[in-house]
Amino acid sequence: MTNATLKQLSQQLAAGAVSSVELATQYLDRIEALNPQLNAFITVDRARTLADAAAADAARTAGNAGLLTGVPMVHKDIFCQQGWKTSCGSKMLDNFISPYSAHVVEQCNAAGLITLGRANMDEFAMGSSNENSYYGAVKNPWDLNAIPGGSSGGSAAAVAARLTPVATATDTGGSIRQPASHCGVTGIKPTYGVVSRYGMVAYASSLDQGGPIAQTAEDCALMLNVMAGFDERDSTSLERAREDYTRDLNQPLAGLRVGLPREYFADGLDADVAKVIEDAVAELKKQGAQVVDISLPNTELSIPAYYVIAPAEASTNLSRYDGVRYGHRAADYKDLVDMYEKTRAEGFGAEVKRRILVGSYVLSHGYYDAYYLKAQKIRRLIANDFTAAFAQCDVILGPVAPTAAFNIGEKSGDPVQMYLSDIYTLSVNLAGLPGMSVPAGFDRQGRPVGLQIIGNYFGEAKMLNVAHQFQLATDWHTRAPAL
Amino acid sequence: MKWEVVIGLEVHVQLNTATKIFSGTSTAFGAEPNTQASAVELAFPGVLPVMNKAVVEKAIRLGLALGSKINQKNVFARKNYFYPDLPKGYQISQMELPIVEGGVLPILVGEEEKLVKLTRAHMEEDAGKSLHEDFSGMTGIDLNRAGTPLLEVVSEPDMRSPEEAVAYARALHSLVMWLGICDGNMQEGSFRVDANVSVRPFGQQEFGTRREIKNLNSFRFLEQAIKYEIQWQIDTLEDGGRVEQATVLFDPDSGETRMMRSKEDAHDYRYFPDPDLLPVRISDEQIARIRSEMPELPSAMKARFVEAFGVSAYDAALLTGSRATAEYFEAVAQASGQGKLAANWVNGEIAARLNREGKDIGDCPISAERLTGLIQRIADNTLSSKLAKQVFDALWDSDLSADAIIERDGLKQVSDVGAIEKMVEEAIAANPKAVEEFRAGKEKALNALAGQVMKASKGKANPAQVQEILKQKLA
Amino acid sequence: MSLTHQDVARIAKLARINVSDEEIVAVGNQLNNIFGLIEKMQAVNTDGIEPMAHPQDVSLRLREDIVTQTNQREAFQAIAPQVEKGLFLVPKVIE
Repeated sequence: MTNATLKQLSQQLAAGAVSSVELATQYLDRIEALNPQLNAFITVDRARTLADAAAADAARTAGNAGLLTGVPMVHKDIFCQQGWKTSCGSKMLDNFISPYSAHVVEQCNAAGLITLGRANMDEFAMGSSNENSYYGAVKNPWDLNAIPGGSSGGSAAAVAARLTPVATATDTGGSIRQPASHCGVTGIKPTYGVVSRYGMVAYASSLDQGGPIAQTAEDCALMLNVMAGFDERDSTSLERAREDYTRDLNQPLAGLRVGLPREYFADGLDADVAKVIEDAVAELKKQGAQVVDISLPNTELSIPAYYVIAPAEASTNLSRYDGVRYGHRAADYKDLVDMYEKTRAEGFGAEVKRRILVGSYVLSHGYYDAYYLKAQKIRRLIANDFTAAFAQCDVILGPVAPTAAFNIGEKSGDPVQMYLSDIYTLSVNLAGLPGMSVPAGFDRQGRPVGLQIIGNYFGEAKMLNVAHQFQLATDWHTRAPAL
Repeated sequence: MKWEVVIGLEVHVQLNTATKIFSGTSTAFGAEPNTQASAVELAFPGVLPVMNKAVVEKAIRLGLALGSKINQKNVFARKNYFYPDLPKGYQISQMELPIVEGGVLPILVGEEEKLVKLTRAHMEEDAGKSLHEDFSGMTGIDLNRAGTPLLEVVSEPDMRSPEEAVAYARALHSLVMWLGICDGNMQEGSFRVDANVSVRPFGQQEFGTRREIKNLNSFRFLEQAIKYEIQWQIDTLEDGGRVEQATVLFDPDSGETRMMRSKEDAHDYRYFPDPDLLPVRISDEQIARIRSEMPELPSAMKARFVEAFGVSAYDAALLTGSRATAEYFEAVAQASGQGKLAANWVNGEIAARLNREGKDIGDCPISAERLTGLIQRIADNTLSSKLAKQVFDALWDSDLSADAIIERDGLKQVSDVGAIEKMVEEAIAANPKAVEEFRAGKEKALNALAGQVMKASKGKANPAQVQEILKQKLA
Repeated sequence: MSLTHQDVARIAKLARINVSDEEIVAVGNQLNNIFGLIEKMQAVNTDGIEPMAHPQDVSLRLREDIVTQTNQREAFQAIAPQVEKGLFLVPKVIE
């Protein structure tokens, strides 16, 4: 049963073939058995989950069940959830039991979904390998020596290992797409503003966006129906009519114009990954898609622009962690400033501190124009590249990352190498576009490789359509690691 | 050497909204500590600011009243610094594109009007409060005030004396209350003034180095602090010293200013546009609507009072010192048809009495209607000015109308010619010596006779008539 | 461009993060490597380009001025490091 998709589980529950308590128990047992080697979870609370599952079963008996009532899921530890520890992967929030819930959590609760636990992640969502968690690195279920990707590594690993049918995640520079790619699962980052950021612990406010990771595009569409929606508590949440993201899943792809940005296939792309993408494109061509050669000339600049804008925003978003009202406070200090400096030195990990320092520097007096303002101008150039590209095509296809998952420890000593591997994902966040990763094959080491689909603004339904049609014709998304 | 003083003021005007600038938390003053601090004010992980419309509209009101430019696109920025009463580690404020730019505020210095130019006014959030009483040797933080909306109103360095600075602060204070955007309560911190003060030799073009006096919460402290600061700067310079740029605090107990931080310790605030908030855009229609909802402004009302009621420009300026006073005056002037008399009484007896008792016009025990009753009896000669004063005192201490008091105390002025003639004749008969002196050319003797008549009438005879009839009879 | 140890110490102070003398060399090197990457931006001509702060060109929504929050001090302070009489306590602030 734990191999089933969200859609299948929903049908089984509706048919009475299984109860929510039975289902939750199966997943909890599997988590208990496999999580010690994967470290995909920060918090699991069996009693609470089973109580929620029992309540869902009761609701079903009372005739109050919705489509997803009683289906288990996992939240990335970045979404505040009332009564659950919401650590964001940080020692700073190791003792933070959230007194309130994020909009995404409220929506999931309202849909009747049951929380199995809280997924591990890079601290404050800063990282591409999940090695930056205070709770230790997450292992890739396909190869325990490999990273699962980050920052939503726990979410992706949990779905890949069939510890949950679906998990919430967030993507600031690729944090949904890259771990989904590395773990062989499907994930979508919607257009900026589609999913409320209320209660989602902020990393870089103008880039952060929540989305689901699941086995299939269809499940992602179902979850996006739950997660998306206007929320007045987030000033950047867009006031748009509710969409049914499943509406176009079954549209044929004939006539679809897919753009291949030449910059995404240049030097630095691993040959195995290139081959997987070529094969995926060939499959879509077979279904009637037309390939268009496009250019995103400022792709390389996305790295410096992102690594100025994101740390700048992060440096001030994380100023609230000062040991005054909640969270970690240093034990010994001689005065107020000392308390701040020790609390923050102890509470934050190395990568978070690095980004805070970079961000503080680029905003500091005399450097703002040369760094922050410059980066914002380049951000505009990058967004303009996409506008031009989407005049020629409906979706853009490419790799998610230059290589399949690398080994744990391989790049952890060299932040710059780590940053360079974000080359294909950062532009999408800078432009605020939707992007997704779909399992498309494996490299020579048997590590999964994802196909990235980038859509125009609000093009989620179209992207999910392409992904679903691809998944109807391929079985990459059905493959699970042997554990 | 003769020194010229240069002063610019930054005023933090707390807006009288029901809720905070970025959350639906109440702003009511005086609640138990941290009971009006929501997850937003406490800066919990993941919370976000949502802008209060009333703050924007009140800011526009002030901008329109000052004749400023309203920036129809304005932007919030983060001002970053660590302080325990600033929970996010940054204050949401406005930097490059404030909502209000430019404008002028007329002030009254003595009987002279002067125009002070405004630099800008921007929206921002207030911080919480640090309580330094001893809590096991620690400081206590109350975040009830955190997130209260402020308008920071910045003037040009246009003022040249402490008196002008106080006049400006008073004018702004009465304007924000006039506009209904601030309760003006300075004890509760609703109107706090920072003064930038410098001196330069007379005739010198460039400004001297300024020091900023922070957080003055009364007009008296503002004046004391600036006076002390000016003298300190002049003494320092005349002793061959230099004034260094600094932020200082005023200690009301010692009457002195003292250094808080030097320029070297100045914060690097790392301002940048707040990514949680989009640009505020204000339409022409919104501005037009707000304009149409605004009360008549003091300047317009002043001109109208001069025009419609014939009061002097100076009196009109005093009457429009507050909206409540202006409305009170207008009600009396309108109902009595006696603009000048009304102005004299409102600016005279009423103002003096209120001032003596430390009251506002809002607490005036004599309603506009009752003052109108008094003025009508003065205008129709029922009351002499002396009797009027007597009736006024009685009005102040009772709920009766002027007519009821006149009736009760028998204060009606006697203007009946027959009655006065009778009293005059009696006085002439009883005082032959005075009559003789008057006829011998001693004018003063007439006053003695008039005094006798007034005495006989118990002060109620119309004095002008008494004089007139006396002269007739003695001619 | 290269950050000196003084630069690192200054921004660490700004960010209120204690960086020990032993750490400062390694942190400085890492930051310089990162800035080496960032400096690539400077080669691009961005004259006349409007900075992009938000992905969507939309305006701020304004909320009605109505009280919606209630007092939750007890729940909020249950997770606070140190409170007394409803106040959050911090080391003595000297002004």
